Amino acid sequence: MTRLAARGAALVSLAVIALAFLGPFLWVLLASLQPDANLAAQPTFQFSLKNFSAVLTWETIYHPIINSILISGSTAILTVIVAGLAAYPLSRYTLRFKRHFMLTLLFTTGLPVTAIMVPVYSMFFRFNLYGSIPAMVLFLAASSLPFSIWMMKNFMDGVPVSLEESAWVDGAGWVQSLLRIVGPLMAPGVAVVAIFVFVGQWGNFFAPFVLLDTPEKQPAAVTIYTFFSQYGQVAYGELAAFSIIYTTPAVVLYVAVNKYLAGSFSFAGSVKG
Amino acid sequence: MTVTSVTPPRLAGSPDKGEPRRRARRTLRWLLPLGPALIMFVIFMVGPILWSVYIAFTNETLTGAASVNSQFVGVANFVKMFSDEDFRNSLLLTFVFVIGSAVIGQNTLGLIIALLQRGRGRAVRSVVNGIVIAAWVVPEVVAAACWYSFLAEEGTLNEALAALGLSQDWLYSAPMIAIILANVWRGTAFSMLVYSAALSDVPGELLEAAAVDGASTWRRLVHITLPLIRRSILSNLMLITLQTLASFGLIYALTGGGPGTDSQTTPLYMYEQAFRYFEIGYGSAMALVMLVIGAAFSLVYLRLIKVDT
Repeated sequence: MTRLAARGAALVSLAVIALAFLGPFLWVLLASLQPDANLAAQPTFQFSLKNFSAVLTWETIYHPIINSILISGSTAILTVIVAGLAAYPLSRYTLRFKRHFMLTLLFTTGLPVTAIMVPVYSMFFRFNLYGSIPAMVLFLAASSLPFSIWMMKNFMDGVPVSLEESAWVDGAGWVQSLLRIVGPLMAPGVAVVAIFVFVGQWGNFFAPFVLLDTPEKQPAAVTIYTFFSQYGQVAYGELAAFSIIYTTPAVVLYVAVNKYLAGSFSFAGSVKG
Repeated sequence: MTVTSVTPPRLAGSPDKGEPRRRARRTLRWLLPLGPALIMFVIFMVGPILWSVYIAFTNETLTGAASVNSQFVGVANFVKMFSDEDFRNSLLLTFVFVIGSAVIGQNTLGLIIALLQRGRGRAVRSVVNGIVIAAWVVPEVVAAACWYSFLAEEGTLNEALAALGLSQDWLYSAPMIAIILANVWRGTAFSMLVYSAALSDVPGELLEAAAVDGASTWRRLVHITLPLIRRSILSNLMLITLQTLASFGLIYALTGGGPGTDSQTTPLYMYEQAFRYFEIGYGSAMALVMLVIGAAFSLVYLRLIKVDT
């Protein structure tokens, strides 16, 4: 009897929590489909795709989304290449400084990147890099490196060395062995790191907001903010439609790597390096 | 890390003559692949930190005379900071924000959800997980838009409360509560996932044995489960504190730090000083303070976890 009651109470609590988390989503989902949406989520029975077709223009959606893809994509590719190279000696060689190096990496993942934005901006301004997308991508990649190297090394440790030994005997250097043997075998790991970096940068608002000078260079994260900070004159239905279009890639990619990331949450308890 | 570290076979040569060259070659073997990462890291991460140490002691601005040749002003920025009413206000708000949304909100709620989910069916777990994680995956600007529409004067909450006559502009009357709720909503998934992983390592027999001995649910939680996952609790607290300390986009898009300075946490105040008033030197001094606080938490985190390299 009490067992049943406890079970019921747990299910009811979970239902309440789930509904509470669902609440803030309601407006976006409803407003995007309502032709004359305002700020409150009001279930009317008029639905149309008018809002979506209204935002699907070059200026509102396509251009910012292309910017987002370019910025996040090049950051992800650059990070994966540089982190993959760096992970190789850390995974394969006995290095005296390895432990300290890995600990330093872990330490830097904790530093607030937000705080670095002021000096980064000031440096970019001094060296005429302000407004340069490639320079910003280099900065974003550098800030993603510590965690990515850490993850890459873990994935690389999972590839048995014995497979490489025969290649070494045949005279292959580390470049060949990394490209031909380790790389293909850890392809899922590479994809996870790339997607992880991509999704992180997809949502990044502060860095482009501060480091890019003109609206034409801004990714969707900043465009959507400018869109809804025009208080009073916002077409709320269109804002909701924009939000959904912009959020979808992040959700889809998360679902794709969800399985691999799940294991890394024991991360907080003990870290295998 | 002992199993996988195998060095490539080395040919036995004369140790004296080839020694310097061999050592150089062995250094190159790790330096070459690590090089690009090191260079990028030094230029774009270490560089800005050192740069902030330098300009925090100058009167660097973006406009006016000091933008052309800034001067060394010693600790003036730091003296100014600690007598600055608005800065102290921002530190206090950051503290409230971290305690309210991370330490109490995300941490407790994440643990509760993880505990409630134990032993539930797969369907229940995936629905609850899915909804909570969805809030986490949504980009911060979209999360802000969701919460703005929920709390604004003509928003969903007021629409629902109108019948009771409790409508008000929540973003004006309770901005701190608004940003705390929004951040709890967005960040709880992380703690939930950490605790789900930790709880799956707690042996079920232990809890069953205690139940047979007549220990209540509460006593089992306090005396068995919590002590067993204490490391996860501590390191989760460190990680979410670090994430919350640096939170900018969510607050900026939701309240902009206002009304007035009522929800202006330190990152927002730093932004205002550096980018609206162009006080780069002063902003960098604040950045340094935030970096030091972040570094302290990060060090505690490193001490807490067991790292086996």
